[in-house]
Amino acid sequence: MSELKLMKGNEALAEAAIRAGVDAYFGYPITPQTELIEYLMSQKTEERTGMVCLQAESEIAAINMVYGAASTGKKVFTSSSSPGVSLKQEGISYIAGAELPAVIVNVVRGGPGLGTIQPSQADYFQSVKGGGHGDYKLYVLAPSSVQEMSDFVEDAFDIAFKYNAPVLILSDGLIGQMMEKVELKPQQKRRTDAEVIAQCGSWATTGKTKDRERNIITSLDLQSEKMEARVHRLLKKYEQMEKEDLRFEKINCDDAEYLIVAYGSSARIAQKAVEIARSKGVKVGLLRPITLFPFPKKQLFDLADQVKGILSVELNAGQMVEDVKLSTEFKVPVEHFGRTGGIIHTPEEILEALEQKIINNGSIRHHKTRESSIL
Amino acid sequence: MEVLDIIKPENQVFCKTKLMTNAALSYCPGCGHGTAHNLTMEVIDEMGIAEDTIGVAPVGCSVLAYDFMNIDMTQAAHGRAPAVATAIARTWPEKYVFTYQGDGDLAAIGTAETIHACNRGENIVIIFVNNGIYGMTGGQMAPTTLPGMKSTTSPFGRDVKTMGSPIKMTELVAQLPGTYYVTRQSVHTHKNVRKAKKAIKKAFENIKLKKGISFVEIVSNCNSGWKMTPNDANKWMEDNMFPYYPLGDIKVNGKLK
Ligand SMILES: Cc1ncc(C[n+]2csc(CCOP(=O)(O)OP(=O)(O)O)c2C)c(N)n1
Ligand code: SF4
Ligand SMILES: [Mg+2]
Repeated sequence: MSELKLMKGNEALAEAAIRAGVDAYFGYPITPQTELIEYLMSQKTEERTGMVCLQAESEIAAINMVYGAASTGKKVFTSSSSPGVSLKQEGISYIAGAELPAVIVNVVRGGPGLGTIQPSQADYFQSVKGGGHGDYKLYVLAPSSVQEMSDFVEDAFDIAFKYNAPVLILSDGLIGQMMEKVELKPQQKRRTDAEVIAQCGSWATTGKTKDRERNIITSLDLQSEKMEARVHRLLKKYEQMEKEDLRFEKINCDDAEYLIVAYGSSARIAQKAVEIARSKGVKVGLLRPITLFPFPKKQLFDLADQVKGILSVELNAGQMVEDVKLSTEFKVPVEHFGRTGGIIHTPEEILEALEQKIINNGSIRHHKTRESSIL
Repeated sequence: MEVLDIIKPENQVFCKTKLMTNAALSYCPGCGHGTAHNLTMEVIDEMGIAEDTIGVAPVGCSVLAYDFMNIDMTQAAHGRAPAVATAIARTWPEKYVFTYQGDGDLAAIGTAETIHACNRGENIVIIFVNNGIYGMTGGQMAPTTLPGMKSTTSPFGRDVKTMGSPIKMTELVAQLPGTYYVTRQSVHTHKNVRKAKKAIKKAFENIKLKKGISFVEIVSNCNSGWKMTPNDANKWMEDNMFPYYPLGDIKVNGKLK
């Protein structure tokens, strides 16, 4: 039975993981993610479902534990926040290279360095451009509500096991910490060991039985041709993800003259900005990428023929805006607006930026006296 | 007597280790890694646990252990094998999980993972091949490199004033309550091979008891890194490594000796 509860985003994700029949979690405390590991530890998961939860000695150890459990076909995940996710990058690269299914959660805070514990979207580049070393990508899901924190756990594991690839849930301190109503799915049974072997026995290191060759999990190919073949195999997966598993949401885009692109917490605030603008008669639409890789390139390319300008709204100094520009191939003006340092923009600030950077852009030079406020 | 009469199975005193693949070992002639591999596989074979054994290979010369050991294996990032093994053992508690690591892997970059896996008393075996050098990358100084010993990154000899003293990881982990069996062996003579095999066997048998980590150090040679012939390397090891890293059990059945 599904259940309605008031929960923090971090807790909702943790509860959803238990209910999704996840086998193991390995993590390390860091604000603003800590409720996630605390919640799991409070749940006596070994008793509830048999799920293993362990506080590792570091984020490095945690991601390598994820690598270990994933190499045996278990459903395993880790969570952290920005500095900790930086530490995990070598391990994530190994998981991608060795083609293992795993889920990583980043409840982003501001940076660089120790930065701030306040929300941020400054890890966009790290998340969608690889992050660690080598030619790989992550499938990146960006929740914008507590409900999605919960729902995306199962979605993430589905993708991870569909492609044998790491999936990142890119949240932030706002979505992680805020409380909202959430509908939790019913408890699913964890797979038995026999079911794990039936599902993953062709590749997982579960113990070599007499009826098969040994399974080896590695990302090492000392022969260049083999290494290139591995990279090509990864590229094929990414192409398939773009074809089959792109997710986005279009809000008020049909008649839009101006477009805001925003994901996660920014998208929530941008949606309010769109409402205000529309109430003043300005036709603004919102494109919310739900997956950041794959990115809604084609949708943006098409919308660029329709709208007069695009504002990329992000809680960072300008990262996703580069992908928006690439996707629209410079057909229309694309600008960035974002606060950093943990400051969260208001809908009014977004509208002001839209007006200054997009609506008045170009025309402002000819009509210096023009006074059209959509605020 | 014909040759075929002599090679009857009942006369056979030595054969290729069954659980080793037919791949040609990539180790330098005389290197202890090959013998350590053989012993590990012999023990697993003799215990009849191959189907339930999962090995974790390191980064180091033995990164390709999975090419030679005919069992399921996962290759870990440099130093992280104990973390990888932790998760496998936790999620498959009835399996026999072991790591096979060099001294750079286990005692430098992976120090934290080693100490904490030992401290948690993970139910795994760690086989630690200490050759006092980074063999794979061409003979750089390891945390275990002896004082005065030359390497490509200590070309004038290890100066303990600036480079620290060689770390005795095995003595260190023996202090932790999570370790159940801690021993130091070598594989350079027949006698030592027999002893080392016994130790490895004890380590794997301990997994059944679920009482904590079994940690088997094998002091070994690296004739390429040390720039010696295999014979000279073994002699040098006896004269220099063993006094610093004395062979024998350090902790048995959870009790320090
Ligand atoms: C993160 C990382 N740092 C450095 C290296 C390079 N590297 C590969 S093997 C190695 C040293 C291995 O030495 P040891 O563990 O003693 O094994 P041996 O080859 O002597 O058996 C180093 C530094 C690496 N692969 N990954
Ligand atoms: S370099 Fe050293 S450790 Fe590596 S195979 Fe050769 S002798 Fe053995
Ligand atoms: Mg070494």
